[in-house]
Parts: sequence; structure tokens; C-alpha cells
Amino acid sequence: MSDGHATSEHYPGPVHGRPVHAEPGYAGRSGDVHAHAPHDPRLQHHFDTMAQQAEASTLGMWVFLVTEIMFFGGLFMAYLVYRTAAPSAFQEASHHLNVVYGTLNTAILIISSLTMALGVRAAQTSAPPRTQVMWIVATMAFGAAFLGIKAIEYTEKFRDHIVPGPNFRWEGLYPRGAEMFYSLYFCMTGLHALHMVIGLGIMTWLAMTALRGRYSAAYYTPVEVAGLYWHFVDIVWIFLFPLLYLIGRHYHAA
Amino acid sequence: MSAGHVAPKSMYYMVFLALLVGTGLTVAAAFVDMGAMNNVVMLTIALIKATLVILFFMHVRWSTRLTWVVAMAGFFWLLILFGVTMGDYLTRGWIAGTLR
Repeated sequence: MSDGHATSEHYPGPVHGRPVHAEPGYAGRSGDVHAHAPHDPRLQHHFDTMAQQAEASTLGMWVFLVTEIMFFGGLFMAYLVYRTAAPSAFQEASHHLNVVYGTLNTAILIISSLTMALGVRAAQTSAPPRTQVMWIVATMAFGAAFLGIKAIEYTEKFRDHIVPGPNFRWEGLYPRGAEMFYSLYFCMTGLHALHMVIGLGIMTWLAMTALRGRYSAAYYTPVEVAGLYWHFVDIVWIFLFPLLYLIGRHYHAA
Repeated sequence: MSAGHVAPKSMYYMVFLALLVGTGLTVAAAFVDMGAMNNVVMLTIALIKATLVILFFMHVRWSTRLTWVVAMAGFFWLLILFGVTMGDYLTRGWIAGTLR
């Protein structure tokens, strides 16, 4: 581990950038691998090593995240089509979003990604459960702050009647296009906020299990995988923020 | 545990700083009227930020090639979605002689 490659105790992990099954020792699965070291009770029987098991989990999570990319991708596609059709309307509508809230929330999410990454690192380095939980709870706090600001924004939109529907009112030049923009705004940020809420649920469970000392250098897959999810949600916001909040900054209404 | 690489804390702080700087730059650039270039600038910065998160926070930098390929495949298919759809929407006027 001193060279930065944490692996299970009894088997060298994957070499940098190489698949696990390219490792020597794979062929002698019943002999070499299990003979000279005790079996980690968390190693499922269909995996040869803890490293291979972790690699499979990470890969599985990435496959899920690819479906998530396509899930959000459909909304980004809709945004692209309607923005191409009504560029001025989108600028005018975007101008009414609060850029201070948007920037603040972007910074908050980036901070939460940092605390998450440090939480994964704490588990990786077998930091005491207290430390691991501290990072996870910090991540949750920033996630909750993000949702709090989002709630304030949504409240203001309802107050100002710019929520699409029968009560939608728009004083600008492009009421139809603005309504489409806000439909996409609520769908995209709403789906993103839903992911944040789910993320907070995952983090609650993670904090509870981390508190019981379940994660260390030998096994921290749940922390790693939850981290992947959290960072993905951050990435979605990295694109949502400029596309929704910033396209109307230099728009001058007639 | 993909390759189980433990990155130094300083690296995480550096990536974090870069992400904050990128956010600041995007916001500042949005207030400057650069015409169509505004979109290019904001999306370029967003892509760089996303790449930093993927490579370092999500450990893809130290993951196996298989993970790499799967992660990239998602974004590649996204480009196909955008490319083919816009290939339709942007060229419709070419036949009818008018836009839309």
C-alpha cells in the first residue's frame, strides 16, 4: 500500500490500467490464490480476489451511470432542440433566474464533491470510523444546503407565476418560449434534485454503516460506489448551471 | 477500489480549486457578450470541469481500461444522440426551402 496500490492482503491487485484477469495467479484459482492466506469473509465465491470483486462493483456502477447519462441526456437533447428553435426566448427566460443562487449552489456542490472524495479516501486509508462519518456527514450537509437553496428558488418561481401551467404569466416578449424554458428548467433541475434526495438517502445508510467500522482499506466498495454516484450528480449540475442560469446574462430586453 | 490507488489529499484540493476557478470563469465570461462564442466558452469550461471530476474524484484515472471504455461509451452515445437528432432538426429547412 505504501506505493499507493491497496489490495487484498493475499493477492497482488490489478496492475495500473490492466484488467484483473490478466494477472498471474488467475489460472491457479483453487490452488495458489486461496491456499496460503485466509479467505476474506466478504469475498463472494464467484470472485477470485477482493480486488477483482471491487473492480466488478466499480464497473457495474459505471454501467448504471451510463444509463443515467442517457436518462439526463434525453433532457439535454430536448433543451438543445428547443433552444435552437427559440434562442432569444431562452435568453430572455434565463435572464430571470437568480445567478447568485445558481453560482452559490454550484460552489456548494463542488465542495460536497470534495468532502465525498475525501470520505472515500478516508475509507481507503482505513481512517477511524469517526473520520469517515465526518466526511460523509459533511457531504450530506452541503447536499442539504444545495436542496435548501433550490427550495428557495422554486418558491420564488411559484410566487412570481413562472411555473409552467395555467397560472404561468410572462411579461417579456416571448411568453411561449419562456414557458418552454421553464418546463425544461423544472424537469431538469427537478430530476437532478430527486437524484440529490436519493443521494442523501444513500449517504445516511453509508454513514450508519461507516459508524460501525465496516470500511477499511481491505473493503470500502460501498463508499467508492456511493462516491461515484455523488460525483455524477455533481457533473450533471456542472452542465445544468451554465445552460440554464448563464445564457441570458448579457441579454437586454427590448 | 479500482486499482485501489490512494491519491494524496493535496491532489483533491488542487482539483477542487480548479473546479472553483472554472466556475468563477464561467460566471465572469457569461457577463461578457461574445455572441455565439459564449456557448463555446461555457461548454468548454464545463467539459474541463466534468473531465476533472471524472478523472480524479471518480478515480477513472487509476481505473482499469474496461472501466475507461464503459465510462467513455456513455458520453460517446450521448454525442450520437445529439449529432443525429440535430442533423435532422438543423437540415429540415434545406428541403422545404424555409426554416421549419
